[in-house]
Amino acid sequence: MDKFYHSVRLDASLCRGCINCIKRCPTQAIRVRNGKAQINSKFCIDCGECIRICPHHAKTATYDSIDVLKQYAYTVALPAPSLYSQFNNLEDTNIVLNALKLMGFDDVVEVSAAAEIVSEATRQYLAEHKEQMPVISTACPSVVRLIRVRFPNLIPHLLPLNPPVEVAACMAAEKAMQETGLPREKIGVVFISPCPSKVTYSKAPLGTEKSQVDRVLAIKDVYPRLLSCMKTVGRGDVEEIGVSGKIGISWGSSGGEASGLFSDSYLAADGIENVIRVLEDLEDQKFTNLQFVELNACNGGCVGGVLTVENPYVAEVKLKRLRKYMPVARSHMEAEHEAYVPWTTGVQFEPVFRLGDTMMESFSRLEQVERLCRRLPGLDCGSCGAPTCKALAEDIVRGEASEKDCIYWMRENLHKLSREVTQLAQDMAESGKEKSGKLPVLMDYVRQISSEITYLDSRVQEPGSEEEQEETT
Amino acid sequence: MADVITLTYDISPDDFTRAGEASSDVKSKLKQMGVPPEAIRKVSIALYEGEINMVIHAEGGRITVEISPQRIYMVLADKGPGIPDIEKAMQAGWSTAPDEVRSLGFGAGMGLPNMKKYSDEMNIETEIGVGTTVTMSVNIA
Repeated sequence: MDKFYHSVRLDASLCRGCINCIKRCPTQAIRVRNGKAQINSKFCIDCGECIRICPHHAKTATYDSIDVLKQYAYTVALPAPSLYSQFNNLEDTNIVLNALKLMGFDDVVEVSAAAEIVSEATRQYLAEHKEQMPVISTACPSVVRLIRVRFPNLIPHLLPLNPPVEVAACMAAEKAMQETGLPREKIGVVFISPCPSKVTYSKAPLGTEKSQVDRVLAIKDVYPRLLSCMKTVGRGDVEEIGVSGKIGISWGSSGGEASGLFSDSYLAADGIENVIRVLEDLEDQKFTNLQFVELNACNGGCVGGVLTVENPYVAEVKLKRLRKYMPVARSHMEAEHEAYVPWTTGVQFEPVFRLGDTMMESFSRLEQVERLCRRLPGLDCGSCGAPTCKALAEDIVRGEASEKDCIYWMRENLHKLSREVTQLAQDMAESGKEKSGKLPVLMDYVRQISSEITYLDSRVQEPGSEEEQEETT
Repeated sequence: MADVITLTYDISPDDFTRAGEASSDVKSKLKQMGVPPEAIRKVSIALYEGEINMVIHAEGGRITVEISPQRIYMVLADKGPGIPDIEKAMQAGWSTAPDEVRSLGFGAGMGLPNMKKYSDEMNIETEIGVGTTVTMSVNIA
């Protein structure tokens, strides 16, 4: 699988070419070219911010439809901890788990149960690797992807353990094969996900060669059907399926993973902009004596995923109520789990933001960017299709855009052209060689062009000349 | 093509919210240049320490960074009070930072020692009542 595989994509038919997404993208991965947005697959980390902001719903997440269950002889659902936070007055996770079975799954393995095993393994890792501190959580695939392209110095600090969804998938596959005797390919391990980032993970995981997650459904797709199944379950006897406690359930919202480490020396940041700020500071070693850093790309943590239904902050409250009377943890590391937890491959730095192929080329391009930035208006208006003037300058030196894409630049050029044509016409009139009588017509056209540019000037403000404009109007 | 890219930053006094802007801007440019991560780490730590020093002790100043493909050369010049005893100031843990600065988590007495530790060469010129100029360089290759 392509190491820059993505689940966040563009539906070009819906894109109107506005600048909302280019402005919001935290890695400046989107440009508007020829009236349509384009996502740079090397810069994109599948955080889903553009899906949130796009007013035309042109950004979409790819995930599987519920029909994929038919492709397997036996299916296992892996509900994310955040799934439980989507329902009102849920007192027992078993209602959700039984409803999943009623919906057509043959078995259910809770991701929150696997999370408790990962918490246990993390505690052990922290105790044994004091030199790696602060250790950075690797549960959010967007955060790992961000570090991979932008924070090479922090790669050694990544927690080299599989995320709970992967551990749950390994457990589910093994259990299903043992219980049914079916070969692995007839078994469908299906994650019910709060975000597209996990779709990316299942197709092109970091830290492990191949994910055991076969399919990924969106919480928002499963939600309506699950709700009606839950009503049916609620009336009968509820089978005891759930094997997770407070720690596992808590992973669904920001700070939950860290709280399972029984340490006060942690930091938990959520929301991609905040995550970037923390990573920048970590890189400059601004934090001392910090054991663990939990980072979630979405506001509020996984409950804020773009494929969820409920408001993330309301969801967090629901999660808190649900776990209130639960035991601390109900799943523990057993010998058979040990192989599922550690990473089997490392994460390699991908220097995608480099301006050129060699350092000399990059150096010379950086110099060109600096020079271009001084000439561009510095308004970051986005009209050129790049999020900032600096981003346009970078595109120009990479050969992907032109100075002409800047409307201020173009206006300046038009002024220059009109001055030159005026001069030319005047010269011709004065030399008296032009006899056809068309010269007055030409001069009239030139006057019209000039007045229209002047009108444009009054509409499109000159950068940094606010006061002058106010005086003239 | 020029041999060096020169960047200048004016550091405003007493503004901790803006402290770090220069070092993070330099850092992002070095990343775009494809400078090895270890050199970037050294520059960003050393420069950030210097920037904070200028905010705490020197009522701001000016940072000039010259980037060439071989090395990063940084000049941090201020018109602050000067350093009376450089030897003491270079000792880890020795600090003259006022309490309100310490309460922000700064002023642990590691500024100059860290600048020395993370740069390949460092030089301090200081005169009481006139100012201090710290020059640091980090080699790329």
